[in-house]
Amino acid sequence: MILDRLFTRRRYNDLSVSIQEHLSERIDELIEDGISPEEAAHRAHREFGNVALIEERSREAWQWQFLESLFADLKLTLRRLGRSPGFTVTVLLTLAIGIGANTAVFSIINRVMLEPLPYPQSNQLVSLFLNAPGAGGLASFRTGLQLSKSMYVTFSDHNQSFQSMGIWFSQRANVTGVARPEEVRSTIVSDGILQTLEIPALRGRWFSQAEQDPRGPKAVMLSYGYWQRRFGGDPSVIGRTIQVDAQPREIVGVMPRGFRVVDEDFDLLLPMGVDRTHEILAGFGANGIARLKPGVSIAQADADVSRLVNVWMNSWSNGPGTNSHWYEIWRITPAFHSLKQHVIGNVSSVLWVVMATVGLVLLIACANIANLLLVRADSRQHELSIRAALGAGRTRLARELLLESVTLGLIGGLLAIGIAYAGLRVLVAVGPANLPRLTEISLDARSLGFTFLLSVLSGLFFGAIPVWRYARAAAPLMLGATSRTATAGRARHRSRNVLVVAQTAMALVLLVSAVLMIRTFAALRQVEPGFSDPAHIQTFRIAIPESLIPDPVIVTRTQNNIADRIAAIPGVTSVGFASSVPMDNNDPNWDQMGVEGKIYPGENPPLRLFNYVAPGYFHSMGTRVVAGRDFTWDDLYGLHQMVIVSEGFARDNWGSAAAAIGKRIRQFTGTPWQEVVGVVEDVHVHGVDDKAPQTVYWTAMLKSPYSRTPRIDYQSAVTFAIRSGRAGTQDFIDQLQKAVWSVNSELPLASVQTMQDLYDESLARTSFTLVMLAIAGFMALALSIIGIYGVISYAVSQRTREIGIRLALGAQKNTLSWMFVRSALVMTAAGMAIGLVAASLLIQLMRTLLFGISPLDPVTYITVPLVLGLAASLASYLPARRAAAVNPVETLRWE
Amino acid sequence: MPRNPEHRDLFPGALELMILQSLRRKPMHGYALVKHIKQTSEDLLPIEEGSLYPALQRMLREGWLESETGVSAKGRPTRIYRLTAAGLKHLERETASMQRMFAGINRVLTATG
Repeated sequence: MILDRLFTRRRYNDLSVSIQEHLSERIDELIEDGISPEEAAHRAHREFGNVALIEERSREAWQWQFLESLFADLKLTLRRLGRSPGFTVTVLLTLAIGIGANTAVFSIINRVMLEPLPYPQSNQLVSLFLNAPGAGGLASFRTGLQLSKSMYVTFSDHNQSFQSMGIWFSQRANVTGVARPEEVRSTIVSDGILQTLEIPALRGRWFSQAEQDPRGPKAVMLSYGYWQRRFGGDPSVIGRTIQVDAQPREIVGVMPRGFRVVDEDFDLLLPMGVDRTHEILAGFGANGIARLKPGVSIAQADADVSRLVNVWMNSWSNGPGTNSHWYEIWRITPAFHSLKQHVIGNVSSVLWVVMATVGLVLLIACANIANLLLVRADSRQHELSIRAALGAGRTRLARELLLESVTLGLIGGLLAIGIAYAGLRVLVAVGPANLPRLTEISLDARSLGFTFLLSVLSGLFFGAIPVWRYARAAAPLMLGATSRTATAGRARHRSRNVLVVAQTAMALVLLVSAVLMIRTFAALRQVEPGFSDPAHIQTFRIAIPESLIPDPVIVTRTQNNIADRIAAIPGVTSVGFASSVPMDNNDPNWDQMGVEGKIYPGENPPLRLFNYVAPGYFHSMGTRVVAGRDFTWDDLYGLHQMVIVSEGFARDNWGSAAAAIGKRIRQFTGTPWQEVVGVVEDVHVHGVDDKAPQTVYWTAMLKSPYSRTPRIDYQSAVTFAIRSGRAGTQDFIDQLQKAVWSVNSELPLASVQTMQDLYDESLARTSFTLVMLAIAGFMALALSIIGIYGVISYAVSQRTREIGIRLALGAQKNTLSWMFVRSALVMTAAGMAIGLVAASLLIQLMRTLLFGISPLDPVTYITVPLVLGLAASLASYLPARRAAAVNPVETLRWE
Repeated sequence: MPRNPEHRDLFPGALELMILQSLRRKPMHGYALVKHIKQTSEDLLPIEEGSLYPALQRMLREGWLESETGVSAKGRPTRIYRLTAAGLKHLERETASMQRMFAGINRVLTATG
C-alpha cells in the first residue's frame, strides 16, 4: 500500500481519464438518440453529478485525507500570510510580546512557587513554626517564636514524628590568617540539619557528632561559591585549617553548587555545638526544620511536639531561683507548615498579581488580533462565499480559518521564547531579592510547554471569532453584494465593537491598578522613616569576636576609638554606632518593659524592641531628639542606669514626650530601675509600610540587668552610621577601612551600604509590583488605542460611499467626523463602565499590596477613565478626520 | 441525478457487492459498469453515476480490484477494472452473509404466529 502512495499521481490520472471517458460515452449515446450535442452534454453532466466534487471524493480514498489536505492548507496559509507582511508582522509582534511576557512570569512562578526547594522529597520537609501568643513582639508574625537550643535538644531526643530535625541561624564570621581579613556569611547548623536536607557534600563530608560537641575538634564546611572564590576550587582544601573568629578550624567538606540552607546563602557552615550540660531554656533565635517520617501528617507532628513543650520546661531551667514553667504564659503551640510554604511566604501575592496582569495584557492583545482577523475575513468574504457555494463544507472553511490563526499563534510563540528569555534577564536583575531561587530561573521544559500551550490556545481563541462570524453563515452571504447598494451589515460590526468594549474594560482595570500602585509608592515615600537624608549615611558592620577581645570595656573602647578615627576623616559630619540600624532585618532584642507606677493586671507588660546605641548615633542618623538629651560617653563608661525611649512609647505611657523625662522603667521586679533621659522620634525599623515599634534604647555598654552577679553587657557586633557627603564613594570606603585597621588590623568591614540602599531594599517588593503594573498598564493603553483606531479607521473606509452621499446631500464635515467619534466614545464608555465595576471588585484581591490609599480611591477612579476617554477620542478623531476629507464626487463615481 | 422518492437508499456495502459481482462476470470500464448495473437491476436501484467512481477507488485501495489501460466501447483509451482474488473472496463472503440476513428478515416478515 505504501508503494501505491508513490503512484498516487498515476492513480489520479487514471481516475480523470475514466470519468472523462464516462462522460464522452454518455454524450455519444444521447447524440445517437437524437439529442443535440449541447443538450446532450448538458444532460450528461447533470446526470453525472458534480465532477469536481466526485473527483475529489474519489481521490480521498487514496489519501490520509485529513493530513494531506492539512498540509496543503498549511502551505496555502503560509503563502497567504507572506503576501500581507504588514498584517502578519503586526500580529506576530503583538503575540510575541504577549506570550513572551506570560512565559517569563510563568517561569518565575514555576521556579519560585512550584519548586522552591531543591532537596530530595521536599514535601516531607516542614518548618518548625511555633505560635506563642503570650510572647508579644518576640514571636513575630512571619517567623513565629524561634527555637532555643534547649528546645532543639528536647524535641530532637523525644519526638516520634521526624526522621531527622535540626535548628540553624545565620550570622557573620571573620576569617583571618589569610591575605585580607574578611567578614563572610556563615550559617550555624546543629546536628541533624544536613541529615534533614539530605544533600551530600561535594567534597569531604558533613560534620561528625564529635565536631558538633562544643569540646570536640573544631571543623568548618565551605560553600561552593566560597571554595571557588577563595581557594580557586582547589581539591586539596580538605584538611586545611583556617581561622574563623580567631578560632582555628579544619575544613572537612565543601557543599555542592547552589546549595543553601532553606533560603539563606552562606559562605561557611559552622557546627552549633550545643552544650547539653549548660544550656538554659532561653535564647530563642534559631529556625527549626525537620523531615517527617513517611506517613506522618503535619497535624500529628503538631500534636507530638506540643506535648514536648511541657517536657522541655521540665528538663531545663534558666538558672537557680527561676521558674521554668513561667513560659506557660507564652502558650507555646506548634503550628508547623511545609517548608515550601514558609519559603514562598508573602512573595506569592505579588507574583499572582503580576501573572494576572500579564494574562490580561495577552487577552487584550488577542482581542486586537481578533479584530484584525475579522477585517481580513471580511476582505475574503467574496472568496469564502464562492467556495461555500461550490460545496465547501462549513467545517472545511472553519478549519482553514482556524489553521491560519493557529499557525500565527505558533509562529508568535516561537518568537515569544526569544522575548521571554530577554524578559527573564531583566526580571532577575530588578526583581525583589527575597524571591527564592531567583538566580536559578530559566526557561525549562515546563516553560516551553507552557509557551506552546498558550500559542495554540491564543490561536484558537482569536481564530474562533472570525470563524464564528463567517463560516457558519457561509451560504446565505450575498454573493452579489458590492458596496454599491449597501454598506456593511450591523451584525458584522457588532463583534468588532464588542471586542473593543472588552479591551477597554480590561485596559481600565490594569490602569486603575497601576495608578493605585503609583499612589501607594508615593504614600510610602511620604512616610518619615525616622532618619534623614539616607543617601548620605554610610553604614557598615564590625564584629569583634570574644576570642579576639574578651573584655567588654576594651571592646567598647575599641569601638569608640574607631568612631574617633572615622570622625577625623575629611568630609565626615558625625559618627555613631548601634546594635542595629533601621531596615537591616536585625532586631537586637525584645523584652517587656514595665513603667513605674503602672499596674498590669493579670498579665505582663507588653514586649518592646530594644536597641543598644552609642552617643552620637541619633545625630548621625538624623533621628530627632524630641525631649531630653542623648547619651554621653560618661553615661556609657559610668554604666549609668539610664535609657532613651521612642516617642510612641512616651506618649503611650505618659501622654507626651516631655512628660517622660525623669520617669523610671524596668523589665520586671528584680531588675534595676532605669531612668528615662531622652525621647527620640519613632523609627520605622521594619520598613515604612509597618508601624514603628515602641523602642527602648540602652547604652551600648551597660550593667547587665538580668544577672545577679555584676556583669557588663556589651555589643560584640555593631553597625556604624556615618553622615558624610562622600557616602557611597569607593575612596571614602577605603579610608574608612584604613581607619578601622589603624585601630585593629584584624577587623574587616562588612555589609557596607548606605541607608539609601537599605531603604530602597525595604521598598523592593512594592517597587517591583509597581514597575510590572506600570508596564502592563502602558501596554494595555497602547493596545486599546490601536484597537480603537483600527476599528474606526475600518468603519470609515467601509462607509466611504455613505459618507460621500451624505456630503453630497449637504451634511457638514464636522457632523460627519463627530458621528464616528461618537460611536467610538459610546464603545469606550460602555467598556469603562464594565471596567470600573470589574476594577472595584478585582482590586480587593490586591488590597494587601496597597498602603495609605483605599482600594476605591475616588481620585484614581475618576482620573483614569478621563485619561482613557481622552485617548479614545484622540484615537478615533484621527481617522474620523479622513471622513471629512472624502470627496463626494469621487466616491460616488467609484464602482 | 434528482432523487426519485420511490427509491430507498442502498445499505452500506451494497454498491461494492454489485460492482464486484458485475466485474466477476466480465472486466469492464466505468461507463459500461454503470449501464450494466442499471439494466440488470431494471432501474429498481438508485445508482448515481458519480457515486460509482469513489467506490471504485476505495475498492482499488482495498485491493479487491485492479485497473489497467484499455479501450472503451467507442475505441477511446480508458481504464478497465477487473476483480482480484482477494476481491472474489470478499464477494463470496459478503454475499453469503447478505443472503443469510435477507433470509432471516424474510422469515420474520412472513411469520404467521
